[in-house]
Amino acid sequence: MSDFWILLTGSLVAACCGIVGVFLVLRKMAMIGDAISHSVMPGIVIAFLISGSRDSMLMMFAALVFGLITVLLIGLFQRSGIQSDASIGVVFTALFAIGVILVSLFARQVHLDQDAILYGEIAFVHWNLWEIGGMSLGPKAVWLLGVTLLVISLIIGLFYKQFKICSFDPALAAAIGIPVAFFHYLLMGLVSMATVSSFESVGAILVVGMLIVPASTAYLLTEKLGTMIALSIAAGIVSTFIGYSASIWLDASIAGCIVCAAGLLFLAAFLFSPTQGLVVRKLRMRSLAVSETR
Amino acid sequence: MNNITAMLSDPNMRWILLGCMLLGLSSGVIGSFSYLRKQSLVGDTLAHAALPGICIAFMLTGVKSIGVFLVGAGIAGMIATFGIGYLTRHSKLKQDAALGIILTTFFGLGIVLLTFIQHGDYGNQSGLDKFLFGQAAAMVGSDVVTMSLISILLVTICTLLFKQFKLISFDPGFARGIGYPVALLEQLLMLLMVIAVVAGIQAVGVVLISAMLIAPAVSARYWTNSLSAMIALSGLFGALSGALGTWISSSVSSMPTGPVTVLAATFFFIVSVLFGPKRGIVAKRFMSARVKKRFLLENELRAERMKGEAAG
Repeated sequence: MSDFWILLTGSLVAACCGIVGVFLVLRKMAMIGDAISHSVMPGIVIAFLISGSRDSMLMMFAALVFGLITVLLIGLFQRSGIQSDASIGVVFTALFAIGVILVSLFARQVHLDQDAILYGEIAFVHWNLWEIGGMSLGPKAVWLLGVTLLVISLIIGLFYKQFKICSFDPALAAAIGIPVAFFHYLLMGLVSMATVSSFESVGAILVVGMLIVPASTAYLLTEKLGTMIALSIAAGIVSTFIGYSASIWLDASIAGCIVCAAGLLFLAAFLFSPTQGLVVRKLRMRSLAVSETR
Repeated sequence: MNNITAMLSDPNMRWILLGCMLLGLSSGVIGSFSYLRKQSLVGDTLAHAALPGICIAFMLTGVKSIGVFLVGAGIAGMIATFGIGYLTRHSKLKQDAALGIILTTFFGLGIVLLTFIQHGDYGNQSGLDKFLFGQAAAMVGSDVVTMSLISILLVTICTLLFKQFKLISFDPGFARGIGYPVALLEQLLMLLMVIAVVAGIQAVGVVLISAMLIAPAVSARYWTNSLSAMIALSGLFGALSGALGTWISSSVSSMPTGPVTVLAATFFFIVSVLFGPKRGIVAKRFMSARVKKRFLLENELRAERMKGEAAG
């Protein structure tokens, strides 16, 4: 049974992150995803100190606030003339440092440690059950991720066209009256939500991996947005299954193995993608050269 | 003030203080070049990518020493930079996605290896993860000696190759044109960055070391337009952050040195963004207020003159 819950949690994480990750990769903001996943940490700690539990709506809200603060600060520094990647680097490290300091100052109240935040505890997902009136309804993490997935797919589904235009041609979007800034922050809010609900089960690093790697794999395989989202989710889920089996076989970190599996899938797409793959392009080049000489 | 003298009289603290200052100095110097070359986040990627290298080095040798780790992390860092370049050149992925992919997969691999080490029978493994997430308090004299050697090496190379590094930071095309081995110099700069990162990991940890590469350099950029002054200032900001971080964490209980050092660097950054001459926010506001005032005054004078001309 624990296998089932772990795989379900991993797949839900893959789906949440896979959808928003596509937009991050398309808008060349992959590293902003990395930044958000680190800088929601002080939000999580503060919410934990106030509410005393790990799975409150407050935590979601605090993480959302910190995610948006991150994006706002990065934008602010960029506009005052600092290179974008340097402003990303300064903002997320500062917020992460605040988070680490809070954890170590209130270590006794906060049952969070750096390791759990960085690696996650997906192996213990099925211990933390949600019970109503003595009836067990399955792990809390699954419910949280399920709700997040629902919200993400609802919002992306409703505003699919707007998100699409904003990703490919923000100037056109602005010209035809789509509030580009609003959709930018909406997307960032969704990224923060995906990050924080995946956080405690899989850790900060796996979240970044799930945001960027499957979406990039899909990016190399197709040129249609809808297909890309589907492929991104599929790549995430497949790497969850491969990674989990590998982690049992190797007796190693589940989150680490899942990221490695996602990396391997990406490598496969990079080499063998039917349109963009390195090997395929080399072969095509060779056949062209042969037909030239004839 | 009292606890500064107390800190300086404790030989252990003196080592840690020196180590953190040297770390700040060398990462500040290297960070200036990476900022100008628009590669600030490459440092972050290199720091994460160092993890599997360090783990493999430990698995092969069974020794926990900064020298062995440096070799492992250096090789891993080189593979990572090669990977980033290869991905961006041979696919439609942009640099940010390439950085993210390399960062997470290498780090994931590192975590797999780390748990492998923890579950396997590598006797002396305790504290390897502490080392990776930063624990300046665990630094001892021999670590600081290694770090001093590394810092001296880094600063010397940067001084000797100052002209070359300057040119490839501002105009790599021109550098290639006059016959500099640009690819080699870029690789060398990358190697120096790897060295600075690995030397710093012990004090501030994998996640936060990139701050020490970025924040002092950006702060220094606000105060000067000359590269040599910028590098000196950046080194100074880095060293001051190291000193401030050590001091605060030694005087407040359960304050980790690494994050406090990073926050000190962020503090210098914010001060620079606000009060830097010409580019700082306050200076810009001041300037625009002055221009506005002058414009209004001129308008008024013109109106007066027009009135005078109409009357006369």
